[in-house]
Amino acid sequence: MAITEPKAVPLDPEEARRLRAIRAERVGRWILPVAIMLLAVWFWDRICVWNEIPRYILPRPGEVLETLYTDAGLLFGSLLTTLRITFLGLLLAVLGGVGLAVLFAQSKWVEMSFFPFAVILQVTPIVAVFPLINIYVDNQTAKLLLCAWIVAFFPILSNTTLGLNSVDRNLVDLFRLNGATRWQELWHLRLPAAMPYFLGGLKIAGGLSLIGAVVAEFVAGSSGQSSGLASRIIEAGYRLNAPRLFAALILISFTGIVIFLMMTLISHLVLRRWHESALKQDR
Amino acid sequence: MLQDKPAETAQGQGEGASPLLVLRDVGKSFSNGVAALRAVNLTIREGDFLSLLGPSGCGKSTALRLIAGLSTPTTGVIDWRGTGLKGSADIGFVFQEPTLLPWASVFDNIWLPLRLRGVSRAKASPVIREMIERVRLTGFEEAMPRELSGGMKMRVSIARGLVTKPRLLLMDEPFAALDEITRFRLNNDLLELWQDERFTVVFVTHSVFESVFLSNRIVVMAARPGRVFREIAVDAPYPRDEVFRTSSAYAALCREASGVLGEAITLGGSVHGDH
Ligand SMILES: Nc1ncnc2c1ncn2[C@@H]1O[C@H](COP(=O)(O)OP(=O)(O)O)[C@@H](O)[C@H]1O
Ligand SMILES: [Mg+2]
Repeated sequence: MAITEPKAVPLDPEEARRLRAIRAERVGRWILPVAIMLLAVWFWDRICVWNEIPRYILPRPGEVLETLYTDAGLLFGSLLTTLRITFLGLLLAVLGGVGLAVLFAQSKWVEMSFFPFAVILQVTPIVAVFPLINIYVDNQTAKLLLCAWIVAFFPILSNTTLGLNSVDRNLVDLFRLNGATRWQELWHLRLPAAMPYFLGGLKIAGGLSLIGAVVAEFVAGSSGQSSGLASRIIEAGYRLNAPRLFAALILISFTGIVIFLMMTLISHLVLRRWHESALKQDR
Repeated sequence: MLQDKPAETAQGQGEGASPLLVLRDVGKSFSNGVAALRAVNLTIREGDFLSLLGPSGCGKSTALRLIAGLSTPTTGVIDWRGTGLKGSADIGFVFQEPTLLPWASVFDNIWLPLRLRGVSRAKASPVIREMIERVRLTGFEEAMPRELSGGMKMRVSIARGLVTKPRLLLMDEPFAALDEITRFRLNNDLLELWQDERFTVVFVTHSVFESVFLSNRIVVMAARPGRVFREIAVDAPYPRDEVFRTSSAYAALCREASGVLGEAITLGGSVHGDH
């Protein structure tokens, strides 16, 4: 319909230049960061060699890769533990954030009364709160989950609340005119309208949830029995096992990237049919 | 939904038709002190195509919202004569913007009013398809709003307003944002729909030409406070088409309406001082 593919018509020089620039940019977007990254890794390797830095201070990239392979059982087992906390935390954050947002949307009074508490929870550094959690919660998993949840739920709550409230006034009138119930208005109007906002919050919350899970484990690490990537890092730090430390670090940041890409993909899939933010080519 | 439509309604000939809705001394003041409407008396008759014509800010939208029951009058009453039917259930509303659900297809957007009344998709399907055909959108059932032009979106909005077969259709400057060619086409199609389906229309516009082309009654309003200034009867017979649009009768009527509107505007302006 409105979306038409560019036709193979003869182009004037200006348009041809524009097209070439677009193509170059499309390729450069991927090639450039990868090239820079490779260059940096190569440089890192050279620095180790040139300065004869011992491996317990700065391992060569090859050694890190090797450790990633030899310690795979240990590291990926820990990764799984961290992932479990991250995604459970994110799930709870979604349930809690959306649930509270829907509750807030029921009445301005509820929102005015309780939103400040959510803000307080958000602005207080989790590291400072953790000792309290440590006292009141026994179960290790529950502790970590609670941390991941506290860190991740706020962007979902605030974004979804904003979305539920930013509905076209005329549409609200239309629903009222057609005798819609509160429930119908929520289900057929407010929730779909809030979807882009919610997904924006989810994108942030995914990363935060990982941060929450790792930070919580760090703080809890001294008290023992955890087995996620954070405790691998602490352990490796004590033992001056820098290659493993780097390997664990790489796994964490790689996980963060994958989570971000996942959330972006979900967002794109959900919104691609209707929302402006999902429109790339046309216009 | 179709049952009690009086078949004998003399469309476009106000005199004999029975009143559908009477506004008696209706006034509306907002909490910010704006008197949007004062002492409006107006009888809307079954089968009317009534235009509210006036400068912006004279309370046209406010009047529509009062009629729709989206807002309550400060003074006066809105009297529904039609078989005890109270307000919204029997009213279609078309806004200035298409205000479609961006996440729903054309079909689902038109389904919405029926859906909110508990009618399933399958059950509503024949009526929706008929409406889509009536507004000339066949083939676009599954298109999303963002894929449509402004005129097509407005067609969806009209179909959605009419899908419940309301007796009264309220339209608030529905074509104001469209280009002239699209507007002419939609005017023609709207008139055709109106003649076939025999609903009553209250049409808000600030275009003299549009109001003359469409309506059998033009109610010219003045501002500050918003009020009825004068009513103009448009006697030209229906169906009206491109021939009418270029006729001298049309030109004369436009001149008359323009004159009245001009008077209404100067009057509104002169009261400006004590606002
Ligand atoms: N909800 C509202 N609160 C306060 N003032 C309003 C409200 N709605 C409309 N008004 C005022 O009432 C007057 C009439 O508005 P409106 O009915 O929208 O005029 P029109 O549709 O003819 O342009 C305007 O001065 C407008 O600013
Ligand atoms: Mg208006």
